[in-house]
Amino acid sequence: MPRNEYQPFLATVKEVIRHTDIEYTFRLAYEGPVKPGQFFEVSIPKFGEAPISVSGIEPGLIDLTIRRVGRVTNELFEHYADRKLFLRGPYGNGFNVDDYRGRELVVIAGGTGVSPVRGLVEHFANHPEEVRGLTLVAGFKSPQDILFYNDFSRWATKINLILTVDAGEGPAHCQVGLVTEHIPQLKIQDASNAAAIVVGPPVMMRFAIQGLLAAGFAEHNIWISQERKMCCGIGKCGHCRINDVYVCLNGPVFNYTQGKTLVD
Amino acid sequence: MGYRLTKEACDGVLQKLSLNHTLFAPKRFTGGGPFSGTDLIRYGKIASADEIVLDAKSAHSFKEALLPITETLFYFTEEQMKEPDPPAQGVLVFLRSCDLHAVRRLDEIYLRNGAEDYYYKRIREKTRFALIGCPTAFDTCFCVDMVANRSDNYDFSIEQDENANYLIDCRAADWAALFEAAASQTLAVEPSFVAATPTRVGIPALLDAGVAAAAMWDQYDGRCIKCGRCNFSCPTCTCYTMQDLFYTDNGKAGERRRVWASCMVDGFTDVAGGGCYRPKNGQRMRFKTLHKVFDYKQRFGYQMCVGCGRCDDVCPEYISFARIVNRLEEALREVKSDAAE
Repeated sequence: MPRNEYQPFLATVKEVIRHTDIEYTFRLAYEGPVKPGQFFEVSIPKFGEAPISVSGIEPGLIDLTIRRVGRVTNELFEHYADRKLFLRGPYGNGFNVDDYRGRELVVIAGGTGVSPVRGLVEHFANHPEEVRGLTLVAGFKSPQDILFYNDFSRWATKINLILTVDAGEGPAHCQVGLVTEHIPQLKIQDASNAAAIVVGPPVMMRFAIQGLLAAGFAEHNIWISQERKMCCGIGKCGHCRINDVYVCLNGPVFNYTQGKTLVD
Repeated sequence: MGYRLTKEACDGVLQKLSLNHTLFAPKRFTGGGPFSGTDLIRYGKIASADEIVLDAKSAHSFKEALLPITETLFYFTEEQMKEPDPPAQGVLVFLRSCDLHAVRRLDEIYLRNGAEDYYYKRIREKTRFALIGCPTAFDTCFCVDMVANRSDNYDFSIEQDENANYLIDCRAADWAALFEAAASQTLAVEPSFVAATPTRVGIPALLDAGVAAAAMWDQYDGRCIKCGRCNFSCPTCTCYTMQDLFYTDNGKAGERRRVWASCMVDGFTDVAGGGCYRPKNGQRMRFKTLHKVFDYKQRFGYQMCVGCGRCDDVCPEYISFARIVNRLEEALREVKSDAAE
């Protein structure tokens, strides 16, 4: 018989980092292969499962940054924060670090869209020699919504960081305005060869990509990560299918040349 | 090998097969139809040959034999998680050629698209198929155009001759002796296959995803009531949703189930925080249609729809899927001419 892919495993919660009232990062013990951009199904018996991006990878540890928005995550925040969590995964393709090595890289992320790229940004922030410059444009709705503020403070000296909120007065390093407003001002030496990653709400992604193309980025140098409802993570339940791809198997990371052809 | 069996002899064989298999076949539920005085034909457990409905199409397909409408994946107690016991015995499914072609589509998703599905595999391995001979198509069938009208991958075929005896073509080596011993005559039997259907469909040879922009889909915003009956009656629809619950009389125990899901029904694409893809009914109709006659083929190399026509039989709004497919050619022209302007 095949392995029962639906059987979750227990992961010990090592630390809970409270970003906002409704957004926590759960730091979990995990040994095994995993890439930034992949996701796990957080599996709470009797409540359900929710697909959550890996927001950080360290030896023996993974981070899952979770927003409290539904039945599963409510139960998680109420009763599991100091215990153990059932997980399945990792699923999905994740980001391929080699796609960005040796290039100028711009990462544009909105809200919880920072989660899937955080591991990648951390990697290049710690290995700046691997890229020819890294710019992170991270946008949040309001100062209260900012996730990973400590990371931004750390990264501010290592990478070109543009932290922005749509409205309100942000903390240090923070600007006001939409992420798309910052694209024309990007200091890129050779836009036609630079790489970009865009992750966030659908509207933000659409306009950010338009901005990048207008700034001279080539379609094949842009990658996106898609959020969909993934019940199974293994190509069965059908909820994440778009055209002939299954986001859980073929994504969630897509090159834009493919991503632009996907019509929900 | 081919055999002729009397009804009594056929019942004897079925009885022997039922020692190791649940016999699952289209059955007549008298008075169970949607209108007064009509019968319902749908799948159920049978014990004798005359219970198998050979002359009418079932409203729903056989697929619940392999994919129960609600299937428990785990039982939970406080700290324990237990899989349901595997099925005690196999299933022998009686189905027509279109449905036997649908089995390949179910296998494609559950055995080959990503990791093998544990629950599907354990019942699939114990499932055998008896082909119901299909001499004439029903009104809404279009299996010939979908190339699903002929099959040879059955364990045995079954249909009646003019004297109500049963004609069997047995291809399963391990069951040949069973039929041989019961047969009143050994003869060459070729099961009946539909050669022409009253409903015809033509899928444009140069269909492409751009047809999503056509105006025709907007019509279904109003006409379709997103009830999902087309999906649930379809032998090739495979989607499900996870569903956890706890027992009301003991909240410490509960289970995880998967239940059939429909891309036409609200909630299918909802993501946490309120996002929803394809909110309009017409977009859902486009999504479903293109999966059946385009997207699936792009991925797996052959069409998903098998032309059983059940979606047309069950639609409460009298929407014809066959008609939608036949409108694609015109929709494609419309999209191309819009692009040219």
